[in-house]
This record gives sequence, C-alpha cells and structure tokens, in this order.
Amino acid sequence: MPLIPLPRPSPRSYGEKGQAASSPLPIAPVGQGNRTGAASPLRPASGEKVAGRPDEGRKFEIDFNGFILMPAATNTKRNLVTAALVAPAAAWLMIFLVLPFIAMLVFAFGERAPEGGYQAAFTFAQFARLPTRAAAFWNTMVLAPVGALLCLLVAYPVAYYLAVKADPRYRLILVSLVVVPFWTSLLVRTYAWMYILGSRGIPNLLSMIGFEDVRLLNTPGAVLLGIVYGYLPLMIMPIYVSLEKLDRRLLEASADLGARPVSTFFGVTLPLSLPGVMTGVALVTILLLGEYLIPQLLGGGKVFFIGNALVDLFLQSRNWPFGSAIAVTLVAVVVVILMVAMRIAFRVAGTRQVDLV
Amino acid sequence: MRAFISSVYLFLYAPIALVVLFSFNAGRSASEFTGFSTAWYGKALGNTFLVSALQNSLMIAFTSATLAAVFGTMAALGMERLAPRNRAIFDALFAAAIVVPGVVIGIATLVALVAVFSFVNPALSAIWPGDQPPQLGLGYGSIIAAHGLFSMALVTMIVKARIASLGRDIVEASSDLYATPLTTFRLIVLPQILPSILAGFLLAFTFSFDDFIIAFFVAGSKTTLPIYVFASIRRGVTPEINAIATLVLVASLLLILTARILMREKKTKSGE
Repeated sequence: MPLIPLPRPSPRSYGEKGQAASSPLPIAPVGQGNRTGAASPLRPASGEKVAGRPDEGRKFEIDFNGFILMPAATNTKRNLVTAALVAPAAAWLMIFLVLPFIAMLVFAFGERAPEGGYQAAFTFAQFARLPTRAAAFWNTMVLAPVGALLCLLVAYPVAYYLAVKADPRYRLILVSLVVVPFWTSLLVRTYAWMYILGSRGIPNLLSMIGFEDVRLLNTPGAVLLGIVYGYLPLMIMPIYVSLEKLDRRLLEASADLGARPVSTFFGVTLPLSLPGVMTGVALVTILLLGEYLIPQLLGGGKVFFIGNALVDLFLQSRNWPFGSAIAVTLVAVVVVILMVAMRIAFRVAGTRQVDLV
Repeated sequence: MRAFISSVYLFLYAPIALVVLFSFNAGRSASEFTGFSTAWYGKALGNTFLVSALQNSLMIAFTSATLAAVFGTMAALGMERLAPRNRAIFDALFAAAIVVPGVVIGIATLVALVAVFSFVNPALSAIWPGDQPPQLGLGYGSIIAAHGLFSMALVTMIVKARIASLGRDIVEASSDLYATPLTTFRLIVLPQILPSILAGFLLAFTFSFDDFIIAFFVAGSKTTLPIYVFASIRRGVTPEINAIATLVLVASLLLILTARILMREKKTKSGE
C-alpha cells in the first residue's frame, strides 16, 4: 500500500507502472500490444468514427488516463463527471486543511486576548518570543534525529533480513508482524513501557537483587526507548521495500568481479537502498517533531517536546497566537526536512511509493 | 543475525504481551502475578464513563471512515481523469494531510473552527426567529472532520494504487461491448477495487479509533476512548487500564489483519 506519495521524477502513465521494468523478457509479451494505444483490428483508434454503435457518428474517445471510459461523451460532460468525483475531497481539503493553515498563519501574527485566545493584530512579537521555548525546540531537535537514527540502526538489519535472507515462505508473516504494531494504538504501546519502566516494573525487580532506587521513567533514555519502539515499523517498511526491489543480479555481478560480501554491501546494496533509508529517516523525524504522547508519558514533565509546549499553550495557558507561531515554525522545519530528503532520495534513484500495509 | 532479528521481534511484542498478561492479574502488582482473574475486565466494562467513551469512539471512527471511503474512492477515480497539473495539486494536498504531524492538524483545525464559529454564531443569533438559536461548537463533528482528512488521503492513496495496477484491456473490452460507463464501473471496475476500498475503510477506522492527539485538540467537551485512557493513565497505572488496553489492542489487531488479508488478496490476484 502506498502511503507516502513523492513526486515521480519523470511522468509515466499510471497504468503501466513497473510493467516493463519487471518483465524479464526484452520483448513485450503477447497481449500487451493492445495497451500501447496502437490501433488494433478490433478496436477503433481514438477519434475514429465507429459504425453501428450507440455513439455512431460522434467522436469516439478512448480514455487512457481515465478509468471510467466515457465513449462518445463530449468533453464538457466528461469534465463535469470528473469535477463531481473530486468535488467532495477537494472541499474537504480546502475547508479542513488549507483554510486551517491560513487561519493558523493569521493567528501567528496576532496578539493574545486578555482572557486568552486571539485578538486581531499584525505583529512579529510571537515569533520574537520563540527563544523562550528554546528548551522544547532543543529537546525536539536533538532527540527526534537521534531517535530516528537509533531506529535506523535497528531497522536496517531487520529490513535486510526480511528482503534478502528470510525464507520466502515465511516472509509475508514476518513482514506482517512488523507492520501490525504500527497500526495498533501508540497510546497503549507507550503505556506498556510506562508500565515496564515504572517503579513497580523493572526498578522493582532490580531492588530485589540489591539495586535500590533505580529511576528509569522520566529520563531522556526512556523517551528514546519509546521512540525506537513506537517508530521502528515505520522505519523498517520503506527500507524493506527498497531492498526488495533490488536486482539480485547486481549482487552476483559484484561477487563475480571479485568483491567481498562486505564490499558488495557497501558498494552496491547500501547505495541502492538509500532512497528507502532517506524516506524512513525523513518520515520518522517529521512525525517525531510533532510527537506528544511519548515525551508526555515516558518523559514526565522533564523531557518535553514542541508537541508538549503546544498542548500547554493551547489547552492550558490559552496563548493561541504564540502557539500558532510555534506550530508555523514547526511546519516550516518539516517542509525543509522533506525537501532535503526528497532531493537526496531522487538524486540516488526515483522512488515513489512506500508500502506500509 | 538471526539472534538479532529474533530479539527485535521480542522487543516489538514482549511489552504488549506483558500488558495483556497483567490485565488478568488478580492483584494490583505490575511485576508479580498473583493469580488469574478477569475481575478487571468486569470493572472496566462496568465503568459508565468508559463505555460512553467507547461508544463515542466507535461512532466517530465509523462515520469518518465511511465518509473517507466514499469520498476518497471518488477522488481516486476522478484524479485519474484530471489534467496532470491539477492531479499534482491533489497529490500534494493529500501528501500534506498525511505527513503533517497530528499535533499541527489538531491545532490548525481548532484555530480555524473557533474563528469560523466566532463569526457564524452571532450571525445565527441575529437571524434566528426563536429564543434559542443553535450554536455551533467543537464536538463530534470537528473530530469526524479532522479524522476524515487523514483517512480520506489514506483511502485515496490505497485505491489509486489499486487502479494503477489494473489492466485497462478489460475496461476497453466492456466499452467495446456497448456497456455504458456506469455499467462498466459497476460490473468491471468496482468489483476489482472493492477489496482496496474495504482495506482503506478498515485502516481509516483503526486510525480514528486509535488517534489521541488530534481528538485531544478538537474534541471540545466530548471524550473519546484514547482521551479517556490518557486521562486514566495520568491518574495512575492500574490493571483496569491494562484490561482496557487489551480490548483496544484486540480490536485494532482484528481490523488491521482483515485489512492486510484484503490487500494481499488483491496482490495475488493481480499477480504481483
């Protein structure tokens, strides 16, 4: 299942995805010829008039992009149907994505009303106050990338094993076992660690063998552990997908040319899986930048992220303009990371989709 | 290598298993199992706050996932027919809906809705003929809207991928045999994309059912199950929370496994 759409480097027809690439034959197999759009004896070419059909005498349109074919439909009618199909989603995106972002941007330049909330103004004061939340930014900007890299260190061997080494008979089950935790409640999974690291969990066991007063919860280490635990599946999947697509013949060629397995890995496998690595690191880092639950539950009040500052500003101290300014800054950081990651990923190879399910 | 892989799987599942195990603990301890009991489940299900939070969550998840499945599928079908530039705009907006952190989506939705309400509510009061004009506010509607945004993007991605993997020959054949576009859709296209629509619906349902952070911002005075669990956790760790957590886990597991089976069937059928 594709979850992360990244622009494709070169526009290709959506319908022919991977067909030519995955075919081991140099010549298109029988039956594929019709799809290329060349006129066949059975089917009229686009624009040809067809006798005896309901649309006789009118222009016959073969729609190679569209899925619902609209033979004989005029362009106006076709456009109306298209518009009707995308209208609800377009309205939803406008009202609940674009409009809220504009509102947030407007709020960020406003002032806090005396009783909390928003008061119209145009001032950069909120952005000037950003340094007062430097600790939250610092924690987030350090722990999010570190957490993502830790995730990567654990995820890469797993993805490599699943894609290259695992017995094909069990591969599907093993991949499922990685994906399933991602779709179960993060709240519950983080709670599990609260439970294990809390005073009645591991510290209690440690005290039985003589280590008194060990504190694990509410430390940066606990937050990092929670991060690796929560986001490991999201890191494994894109790397697994890029390794699975890897052409095994390249590895054989490398070995035939006398490269040792280690050289093959660093010279061939790793560079070819870089798009997956970049996608995983970028995704996990971006989601971590907005993380709230893990630092809240495993970091207590001590290790807080931007997400925690935002919850505080919006739901407790009700300073909405300042909160909006922080959120706008956060989005700006996300956009920058995304652009850099996509740049690097496309320089190496064009990836488009990440399988998450 | 094998030892490392096994320990990663252990790492992924042991904490969850522990939560489930101690939900059956007779005592309150988190490190000592003092006997098997289902008492905590009884206590959890007898809790009226919890049950009403569960009902809210189910209603919100069902509504937002249904809307997302219908509108997302329509968008996936429509986007195929758009001009490349317009399609790119949709792609970018859907990508934004998925990639932007939930906390930002929650804040932006909160801010925008409160701003809109501050215009609409006085206007409603002014033109309403009766004594008690309806007032818009945060609640079920705002949670459904915010969850629907992510879910719709999710369904569109899944269904679009399915459409892209389909051969066009059969659709052309149908049209050659004088089927109307609607008949072609009903008999040819819909049966082929239905599993992915269902999978999208189930994933959307799972997302909404599990989401805490977006609902936390836009729920107003309403309580969903994750909000209730979060509030209980802050009051202290108890086996009752383990029991609730286990129920949530089982529900998500069933949903995600069904979704995966539906999507796998799609893959084997198309010979991928």
